[in-house]
Amino acid sequence: MTDSKTTVPGASAGGGFSLQNIFRRPEAGAAAGFLIILIFFGYFGVQNNFLTALGTSTWLNFASKVGIIAIPVGFLMIAGEMDISVGALIPAGGIVLAMASELYGLNIWLSLLLSLGIAGAIGYVNGMLVTRTRVPSLIVTLATLFVVAGLNIFVSKKLAGTTQHSVQDAGPVSEFLLGDYHTLQFGADDAPFIIFQSLQSSFFIWIVFAIICFFVLHLSPWGNWIAAMGGDQQSARNAGIPTNRLKIALFMLSAMASALVGMTEAVLANTASTTTQFGMIFNSIICVVVGGVLLTGGFGTVTGIVFGTLTFGIVFQGINFTTFDKDLNLLFIGALLLIAVLMNETFRKMATNWSSSKK
Amino acid sequence: MSANAPILALRNVNKSFGPIDVLHDINLEVRAGEVLCLLGDNGAGKSTLIRILSGVHQPTTGAIEMDGGQVSFPNPRAAADKGIATVHQFGGTFPLMSIGRSFFVGVEPTKGWGPFKVYDRKKANAIAVKAVQDFGITRIDDGDRLVGGLSGGERQSLAIARAVHFGARVLILDEPTAALGVKQAAHVLRIVNEAKRRGLAVIFITHQVMHAMAVGDHFAVLIRGAVAADFKKGEKSREQITDLMAGGETMADLEKSIDGYMSTHGGHPPPPAH
Ligand SMILES: Nc1ncnc2c1ncn2[C@@H]1O[C@H](COP(=O)(O)OP(=O)(O)OP(=O)(O)O)[C@@H](O)[C@H]1O
Ligand SMILES: [Mg+2]
Repeated sequence: MTDSKTTVPGASAGGGFSLQNIFRRPEAGAAAGFLIILIFFGYFGVQNNFLTALGTSTWLNFASKVGIIAIPVGFLMIAGEMDISVGALIPAGGIVLAMASELYGLNIWLSLLLSLGIAGAIGYVNGMLVTRTRVPSLIVTLATLFVVAGLNIFVSKKLAGTTQHSVQDAGPVSEFLLGDYHTLQFGADDAPFIIFQSLQSSFFIWIVFAIICFFVLHLSPWGNWIAAMGGDQQSARNAGIPTNRLKIALFMLSAMASALVGMTEAVLANTASTTTQFGMIFNSIICVVVGGVLLTGGFGTVTGIVFGTLTFGIVFQGINFTTFDKDLNLLFIGALLLIAVLMNETFRKMATNWSSSKK
Repeated sequence: MSANAPILALRNVNKSFGPIDVLHDINLEVRAGEVLCLLGDNGAGKSTLIRILSGVHQPTTGAIEMDGGQVSFPNPRAAADKGIATVHQFGGTFPLMSIGRSFFVGVEPTKGWGPFKVYDRKKANAIAVKAVQDFGITRIDDGDRLVGGLSGGERQSLAIARAVHFGARVLILDEPTAALGVKQAAHVLRIVNEAKRRGLAVIFITHQVMHAMAVGDHFAVLIRGAVAADFKKGEKSREQITDLMAGGETMADLEKSIDGYMSTHGGHPPPPAH
């Protein structure tokens, strides 16, 4: 207890350097990985403006959308579950918003609430199916992925006669909050001091969401419940934790977060399409795993997931700033994932063998 | 000590899973400050018996009594609420949680107000560490350590300390020493004695007669689901208990048959039966 000032494991690396401290803070690994990747791409991408405000926004904007989904997906993984239906909920969020506001003239905020409500209902169904039937959530959400993907197209065509919807500019406030580019700079226009440039609204949503989720997972008692569920479901229930209700809530959260991402995209691009985003399923899982969450459940941190997402964002977008062959992109991501999984596994083994090996 | 009334008693309890009868007409009593050792061969029904006591299973017929009144445990929660704590073989079940967090799972201490109630890590760690140290485990001094990093004996001790802290009256230990070395097992046995000294009733399941004799006040031997023997400390010798546990077959017979096997199998002992 040398780090008596820290209230959160992971908020600081106090207590001096020891192996125990590193095992306790595996998000330090995610942060270190992020720094290495940042330096690597910073070095090889410097001529192509990777490190400028605009270059940084390129991968931050990309990361923010995966990031909003990755945190609740990470919560589910910590609780021992998966959600791959997110790939269909992103377009669902966008087209519900588009149809509600365009076809039915609903106010943008009501449309947003409607979209979140429908997503929440789908998440509720996911959660009910998983907790009631005990079918693995991978299969349950694989099924709902296709069900929702099918509904997206079917309902779209039935109601609007198209799978491509337009979203009109909905007013300055909603544009500002949901889908706009933001720049903050000081000084003269010809030689400005740029803090950030062309960051999308989704980036700020991501940061606020991450802070709230950090509070929930690491400061409130709920975080303990989520980790306990993934550690041992039966013991968690016996300890009085409402495991079913909590799990349903987590599925609802991941569904609504996905719909929110779909809405920010729709407002930003002024269009919404029914195309299922299969890529985002894998992307969100990669971010979570690179962020140090154990695939087996029971452990993970929000800080880790955020760093994992940043790392993923750089690797995914950064190659465009370097002279490397762009075709190597996926190979890099695969290698990144592999390294992360091996590190997590090593962490788990060391953490659970610590004192028996010392004795 | 056995003069006081039993905390927990089973009266003519039977349990069957469909057509399979697992327990027949079980009568058992545990008293405060007493260790009841439940002995028996593999498959004798020990775990089933304690699952009934901890609310995982319900008896097919028969009754459970607590403090002289009939009770029923429809689920593990109900049993836990009445002060029956079950510690399983690997003690702490959340290997990747800190000692403080796992100690308070489900009943986390908080500070602050309203939606900003925050888990009080310092308080949780301090209480957890003190509870374990009171049981003589002085090597645990940091509540931030992960449970998975503790030795098997320490984990058992933590789980027992937790149960006692939250007011358990009956402590059920299913083979707590099975996976432990000599020193670690001695550790756990000391803690069982400490729990008993504090006035808990302990039900202790083990295959090791030495461990049973070290802490037991009262012994019950299960053979194929029935109580084959029920006796107090000092009433039977180690050999007699071993023979009973082997299901009536005497140890001498067993040794002879193993010798016979080895002489016809090039000196290999028979594979362990599971
Ligand atoms: N849910 C169940 N359904 C059917 N049979 C069961 C069930 N649970 C236990 N049994 C049977 O009841 C018998 C007693 O099992 P139990 O686990 O209680 O034995 P045990 O004494 O704890 O053995 P061990 O020493 O190996 O732990 C076994 O034959 C087992 O197959
Ligand atoms: Mg058993």
